[in-house]
Amino acid sequence: MSTEQVTGTQPPRVPLYNDPKVRSVVYQLGLAAIIAFLVWGAISNAVDHLQKAHIASGFGFWNQTAGFDISQSLIPYSSTLSTYGTAFWVGLLNTLLVAGLGIVLATILGFIVGISRLSKNWLLSRVAGGYVETIRNIPLLLQLLFWYNGVLKALPELRDSYSFAGGFFINNRGFYIPNPVARPGFGWVELVFALGVVASVAFAYWARRRQMQTGQQAPILWVTLGLVIVLPFIVLLLAGVPIHFESPQAGRFNISGGIEIVPEFAALLFGLSIYTAAFIAEVVRAGILSVSQGQAEAAYSLGIKPGPALRLIVVPQAMRVIIPPLSSQYLNLIKNSSLAVAIGYPDLVQVFTGTVLNQTGQAVEVVAITMAVYLTISLVTSGLMNLYNQRMALVER
Amino acid sequence: MTMAEGELAISELHFVRDQHLPPLAPPARMTGAVGWIRENLLSTPVNIAMTVVVLLLTVWIVWGLLDFLILDAVWTGADREACLMSTQHREIGACWPFVWERLPYFTYGSYPIPERWRVDVFFALLAIGVGWMLWLQAPRRDLGALYFFVVLPILSYILLHGFAAIGLPVVDTVLWGGVLVTIVVATVGIVVSLPIGILLALGRRSRMPTVRFFATLFIEFVRGVPLITVLFMASVMLPLFVPQQFEPDKLLRALVGIAMFASAYMAEVVRAGLQAIPKGQYEGAMAVGLSYSPMMRLIVLPQALRITIPNIVNTYIGLFKDTTLVTIIGIFDLLHTIEVARIDPKWATPVTSATGYTVAAIFYLIFCYGMSRYARATEARLQKGAKR
Repeated sequence: MSTEQVTGTQPPRVPLYNDPKVRSVVYQLGLAAIIAFLVWGAISNAVDHLQKAHIASGFGFWNQTAGFDISQSLIPYSSTLSTYGTAFWVGLLNTLLVAGLGIVLATILGFIVGISRLSKNWLLSRVAGGYVETIRNIPLLLQLLFWYNGVLKALPELRDSYSFAGGFFINNRGFYIPNPVARPGFGWVELVFALGVVASVAFAYWARRRQMQTGQQAPILWVTLGLVIVLPFIVLLLAGVPIHFESPQAGRFNISGGIEIVPEFAALLFGLSIYTAAFIAEVVRAGILSVSQGQAEAAYSLGIKPGPALRLIVVPQAMRVIIPPLSSQYLNLIKNSSLAVAIGYPDLVQVFTGTVLNQTGQAVEVVAITMAVYLTISLVTSGLMNLYNQRMALVER
Repeated sequence: MTMAEGELAISELHFVRDQHLPPLAPPARMTGAVGWIRENLLSTPVNIAMTVVVLLLTVWIVWGLLDFLILDAVWTGADREACLMSTQHREIGACWPFVWERLPYFTYGSYPIPERWRVDVFFALLAIGVGWMLWLQAPRRDLGALYFFVVLPILSYILLHGFAAIGLPVVDTVLWGGVLVTIVVATVGIVVSLPIGILLALGRRSRMPTVRFFATLFIEFVRGVPLITVLFMASVMLPLFVPQQFEPDKLLRALVGIAMFASAYMAEVVRAGLQAIPKGQYEGAMAVGLSYSPMMRLIVLPQALRITIPNIVNTYIGLFKDTTLVTIIGIFDLLHTIEVARIDPKWATPVTSATGYTVAAIFYLIFCYGMSRYARATEARLQKGAKR
C-alpha cells in the first residue's frame, strides 16, 4: 500500500535555485563572464596604454637589426647585422647549453652525494648530509652571486693570470683552454671513431641477446672502450697525429686564440649543478630507502659484493621511485637557469626579456614569447621523462 | 648412611657446576670508541681511504671557514682601510665592522630613522602570529588563524605604510628595504597563497568543467614558467593591464607576482592532500546531508590540510628562498641591500662581497633550516598517530 503510494508520487519539486544542474550552469557562466570581463578590460587598457606611449605592437621587431653585443654565442652573431630573431636563438641555445650540461653534472654529483648519505662510513654520510642541508637552505640566487662575485671575479687580473702547462689560463675574465685544430688526414680518425661507435652499439645489442638466450655475459665495457677510444687513437698515431692545439696567447690587454669560457657561464654552471645536486641527492636517498632491505640482503647472500649489489639490484629498483621527482628537478634546473640574468650570462631571459624588451618596449610580445618557450621546454622534458618512466615502470599483467 | 657417604664421595670426586660463569667481556677493540671507529670508519681498505679523504676535505673546509670568519677576521674599524691587506699587512678574513655599520640598512633599508620603531613593532606582531600558528598546543588557535590571516595584514599595512589620520606619516614603499622587505614579501606570499591555493585545488577537482579548465590552466601555466618571468610579467605587463590611475607601485607588482606563483604551487600541494582523503569521507559527509561547502569545510579540508602540513612548510621554505628573486626587478630586499652595500666605495675591499654574502647565507640558513626542522617534527608527530 505505502510502497505504491511512494512509487506513484512525483519526486518533490525542487525550486529552480536549489537544482544542482541549474546552479552548476549559473556558476560556470558567472565564472566565464568574470574572466572574460577581466581579460577584455586588460586588453583594452593595454591597447590604450600602448597607443599613448606610441609603442608598436605585433612581431615586426623580429626582423629588425638588434645592434647590441652578446658575450657568448654558439651561432654566428654580429651586433651590426643580426636581427632580434637571431638574438633570440642565441639566447635560447645558451639556455639549452647551460641547462643540458647542468643536468649531466647535477645528476652525477647528486647520485654520488645521495648514495654517500646512506654509506656505512659515518664521516662520509655526515659530510654528505651537511652538504645537502646547507646547500638546500641557501637561495640559489645568493649562491650564484657568491660564485660569480665572490670567487670568479675575485681571481687575479689578466696580468697575473694563473697559467698552467699546455696553455691553460685562469683569470677574472674566464678560463682559457687550447683549441684543437684538425689538419688534413684527421678525417680517417673521425671515420674510425664513427665506425667504432656503430660497431660497439651492434656488439652491445648482440651481447644482450646472447645473455638473454644463454646467460653468458660479454665484456661490453672493455669492447666498447677498445672500439671507441683505443682504435681511433691507434689510427691517430698511425696517421702521424694530424692535429695540433692552438694555445691561447697571453697579450698585454687580452688573451687571443684558444677557447674562452666566460666566468658568467662557469658561475651559472657551478651554481646550478651544486644547488640541484643537493635536491637530487635527497630524491636518490628516498628512492634507495624505498627498496626493501631484503633485496640487498638476498643479493649479499648470493655472494654479490656490495658495489655490484647496489648497481645491479638496488638502484634499478630505486629508479622507479626516483624518476618522477628527478624529472621535476630537471625542470626546476631548466627554469632556474633563467637566474642567469642576475650575473649577466646571455641566456634567453637576459638577452630577450632583458635587452630586447628594453630596446623595443614591446613587453607583451616579448614576455609572451619567453613564457611560451619555457612552457614548451617544460612540456617536452616532462614528455620525455614520462616515456622513460614507462619503459622503467614495473611491467604488470 | 651409605647414601650420605656415597653423596660425599661423588661430590668429592666430581665437580658439577650449578652456576654460569660470567660472560667474558668482548675484546676491547670491538667495543667502545675504538670498536665504533673500526666498525664505522675503518672497516675495509676502501672505507679507510674514504675516511681519510673526507677527513682531509672536512678539515680543509672547516679550517678555511674558521680562518675566514674568526681567526683572520677584522673586528673593529671605521672604513675600508681596516679591511685592506695592503694597510694591515696580514691575511684578511671577514670584514665585520662593515656588517656592523650597515646592519640597520640591512634590516630596514632606507626606512626613515625616526619611524623605524614601527618596523620593530611589525616584527613583534608577526612573531606573535607565527608563534601562535606554529605552536600546536597553543590556546585558541582558531583566534590565532583569524589574527594571522585577517588582523595582522590590516594592522601591518597601517603600521608600515602609515595612516595620516592617526598620526603615522606615510612611508613610501620605495624606502622599504632589507630584512623588512624580505619578511613582507615572504609573509604576503604565505598569507595569500594558502587560501588561493585551496580554492585553486578545489577548482581543479571540481565537477564543473569550466571551473576545472580555468584552475588547471592557471596552475599549469604558472608552474611551467620560471618565477623570474612571472615577476617580469608582473612588473612590466601589470601596469599595462590596469587603468592608468590605479597604476600599482613596484613593491605591489612584485607581491602580485610572488602571490600568483606561490598560489599555483600551493594548489598542487593541497590537491595532493585532497587526493589522499579516502572516498568514504566524502560519501559519509554526503550521506549525512552536508552540501558541498560544509562538507569541504568541516570534513575534508581539516583532514587534508593536517596531512599536508609538512609539504606546506616545505613550499614556504621554497617561497622564502625565492623571495630573493625580487632583487632582479629592482626591489630592495635583503640580498639587494647587500649588493648595494658591498660596492659602496667606503667599504669596497676584496673581502667585502664575501662578508656580505656570508651574512645573507647565515640569515637564510637559520630561517630555512628552522622551518625544515619544524616540518620534520610535525611529520613525525603525525606519523605517531598513524603507527600506534
